[in-house]
Amino acid sequence: METLLEILSELHPDVDFTKEERLVERGILGSFDIVMLVTRIEEAFDVVIPARLITPETFRSADALYAVIESLGEDD
Amino acid sequence: MLFTSWSFALLVAALVPVYYLVPKRLQKSVLLFANAVFYAFAGWGAFLLLLFTALSAYGFARGIGRLWDGQKETLTLHKTDWEKPEKKAYRERMEHKRRTLLVLCLVLHFGILFGMKYGAGILGIVNGWFGTAWDGSKLLLTMGASFYTFSIMGYVIDVERGKYPAERNPLNVLLFGSFFPILVQGPISRFDTLGETLFAPHAFSRENLEAGLFRIAWGYWKKLIVADRLLVAVKQLIRYPETYNGAFVLLGMLLYAATLYADFTGGIDITIGVGRLLGIRIDENFDRPYFSKNIAEYWRRWHMTLGAWFKEYLYYPVSVSKPLRRLTKAARRLGDGFARRLPVYLATFAVWAVTGMWHGNSWNFLVWGLCNGAILLLSEECSPLYARFHRRFPKLGKTWGYRAFTVIRTVLLLSSLRLFDCYATVPETLRAFGSMFTVWNLPLLWRGGIQSLGLHFADYAVSFCGVAAMFTVSMVQRKGRLLPRLHRWPLWKKLLLFGALVLTIAVFGRYGFGYDAGQFIYNRF
Repeated sequence: METLLEILSELHPDVDFTKEERLVERGILGSFDIVMLVTRIEEAFDVVIPARLITPETFRSADALYAVIESLGEDD
Repeated sequence: MLFTSWSFALLVAALVPVYYLVPKRLQKSVLLFANAVFYAFAGWGAFLLLLFTALSAYGFARGIGRLWDGQKETLTLHKTDWEKPEKKAYRERMEHKRRTLLVLCLVLHFGILFGMKYGAGILGIVNGWFGTAWDGSKLLLTMGASFYTFSIMGYVIDVERGKYPAERNPLNVLLFGSFFPILVQGPISRFDTLGETLFAPHAFSRENLEAGLFRIAWGYWKKLIVADRLLVAVKQLIRYPETYNGAFVLLGMLLYAATLYADFTGGIDITIGVGRLLGIRIDENFDRPYFSKNIAEYWRRWHMTLGAWFKEYLYYPVSVSKPLRRLTKAARRLGDGFARRLPVYLATFAVWAVTGMWHGNSWNFLVWGLCNGAILLLSEECSPLYARFHRRFPKLGKTWGYRAFTVIRTVLLLSSLRLFDCYATVPETLRAFGSMFTVWNLPLLWRGGIQSLGLHFADYAVSFCGVAAMFTVSMVQRKGRLLPRLHRWPLWKKLLLFGALVLTIAVFGRYGFGYDAGQFIYNRF
């Protein structure tokens, strides 16, 4: 989680990502941020985020995003 | 069948009582029949094409759904005896099969749409090159094809992504694709959200009736009082670009901004209102877009369903696609910042090129789309500068004056880009835009110029009041949606307001004998 928070803070240093629950809805994370974020996350966590998971729900908070990253490593 | 026709009013007036009087299990059949009546006015060819699109999409989605079911069964069966690599290889094989079906479906249906939009133009070029005489005049875009194709393809993509299972009832897919209020100009709807309310039985409710009627009346008010009136002046301004240059271009930009807003949001109000009369909730397509502080925010608030469609089904898939990932890796040699920007830039331009092509089949729309993409990227690149500026002057951003400045700047920027939508060619658009800075003819506006645009002083006064009313409603909506608040009003007050809306449409609306209420602008897309 710390790595993810670091990546998020690099994008928007002025946002408290531990508290914010409406990142997409409030326009904090725009589509440009999301694509950059996907690239950074894939590098840092060695996962591939498929397009179907790139939705406002996935990026609504750091917790939600971390849950998706964790689920990517799991089997059926 | 136009929203501004008597046949449409009759269809809705007949449908609503029948819809609530029949047994609830027959409500969907009533809607299907109404859709067929509505679309039959567009011609049998258009009707059959819609039928084919919906039913073939149903077939493709069912095929994809079966592959999903098979995968789940097989993986459950081999839960213990297959190792991870075996399961992974199997999943990849199944994904490949699903993707193949999806690609076939998308190529077929977007191919048809492309043929309708660009077929005649391409044949014209081919005829010019090879001296052939193929007739492309019959390759016309049928009503609503741009909207229903996108909605229905969104459904098939969602099924392929495993977002929800494939619909078993073909009539439900047909009803979703052909629901007549959204056929004319959207919104581009999602199967899971619209389907939930569209397929459900509905009981009559006074709240829905009131909300629906108010929404419809407000839509016609904007369309007939503001949009159709101002469009007369806009058409005159762009018909004679050599005469109406300089300050007239600026005037045209502002008039067109008001016209397009009143026209498109008016149409969507009617759409959502008709849905509401039937108890069906249709997605909103606008969120007071002219109050946006920058172009990115504007595109999140204008034609929201199209933007969301492109973002979810094109922008993100392109930006994280395998070829782009490989390209990004290769680009690292040129610097980390460049490599990270590459997918964003390429996907942005791809999406905006397609958005431009969706709007029209001329170079103007392609350039319009690419300019939007370029400004969005530029704005994104400048965001650290803005942030630094606001850190230096922390109170400025909160002042009323600065906020008004950002809103006006955004409206002017977007209105400038919309000139591509107005003029016939790119050079003509650029000449008109440039003339605003090179031709000084502002005094001509009040020395007979404004009166020469086909509107009288009274028309300008009515339009100004109309724009002021739309602005006031938008300001009131800042504190939340208006209709739930109206619902709490006493009946006499509601009747008074509704009566005032209808009366002002009757007195000031542009309709009646000898006047052909215009087609909605977005209907042609």
